Amino acid sequence: MTTESLNTSGRGKKWLWFHRFGSPAWVYGFANRWAMPIGIVALLLFVVGLYQGLIVAPPDYQMGDSYRIIFIHVPSAWLSMFSYFVMAASAGIGLVWHIKVSDLVARSIAPLGAMFTFCALVTGSLWGKPTWGTYWVWDARLTSELVLLFLFIGYIALSNAIEDRRTASRASAVLALVGVINLPIIHFSVEWWNTLHQGSTVTKLGRPSIDTRMLIPLLIMFVAFNFYFLSAVLNRLRCELLSQERRTQWVREIVHG
Amino acid sequence: MAEFFNMGGYAFFVWTSYAVVAVLFTYQFLSSRAQHKKLISQLGAEAEHKIGRTNKS
Repeated sequence: MTTESLNTSGRGKKWLWFHRFGSPAWVYGFANRWAMPIGIVALLLFVVGLYQGLIVAPPDYQMGDSYRIIFIHVPSAWLSMFSYFVMAASAGIGLVWHIKVSDLVARSIAPLGAMFTFCALVTGSLWGKPTWGTYWVWDARLTSELVLLFLFIGYIALSNAIEDRRTASRASAVLALVGVINLPIIHFSVEWWNTLHQGSTVTKLGRPSIDTRMLIPLLIMFVAFNFYFLSAVLNRLRCELLSQERRTQWVREIVHG
Repeated sequence: MAEFFNMGGYAFFVWTSYAVVAVLFTYQFLSSRAQHKKLISQLGAEAEHKIGRTNKS
């Protein structure tokens, strides 16, 4: 290689890293490389978090052992909202700049988001029965979280209902963006309305109102859930990329190799 | 050990919650890994089929 060509590639490097995110082949390679290692990190964190949460942490003085549902309820609820935010942002980027990878990221997230929302609702319901005496109440927090589940399901249904790929991603991106209004409603519902659901435990300003021995497993589980989410998105994204790009050269090279 | 499984009398609520999350998370992970494998072999077979047809004609 001549010095001249080295200089040219050096000048282009500044932007090279950014452009790769739009390249299906590069993103596929990245997802393929990292999905499993990140999943293994998540698994290890789950083991440590479950041990800390179910065995090391003491029972609550009021709720006894039923409070241990918190270690899966709070991370599920966080991910239900975080995944919606990332899905809507990604769909929005795809809508404005016509980036295919962006649309596929949103498509990959949707079923995961529905799963996290479902988990948050079920674990919350199973925690509500012994604590409040009821599985369900039309409380603002619970209702807005249920709306979130319908938004995810609506997104999935809409993006699969339209035959034309580009129309489908455009229509579902608009739905996802309109639904973002629900996120602050979920977050502030415990402050705006006098609800049965309690306020925030951990992110409260000042000292969190939770014992350290309970806070540590909660934080470990929180990180574990986020790693799981990342790994799961990469897993789904490689499938979406392969099936959307099946006619391209890079996919042919992969399936033959 | 029995005390651990009893969860202070809340066994049903605690273990059902953990079971639902564990089953869904595991199923989701394994099924998308399996789907990827299937896609690779399916697309490979499709491509081979096409090459076979072009060679014949």
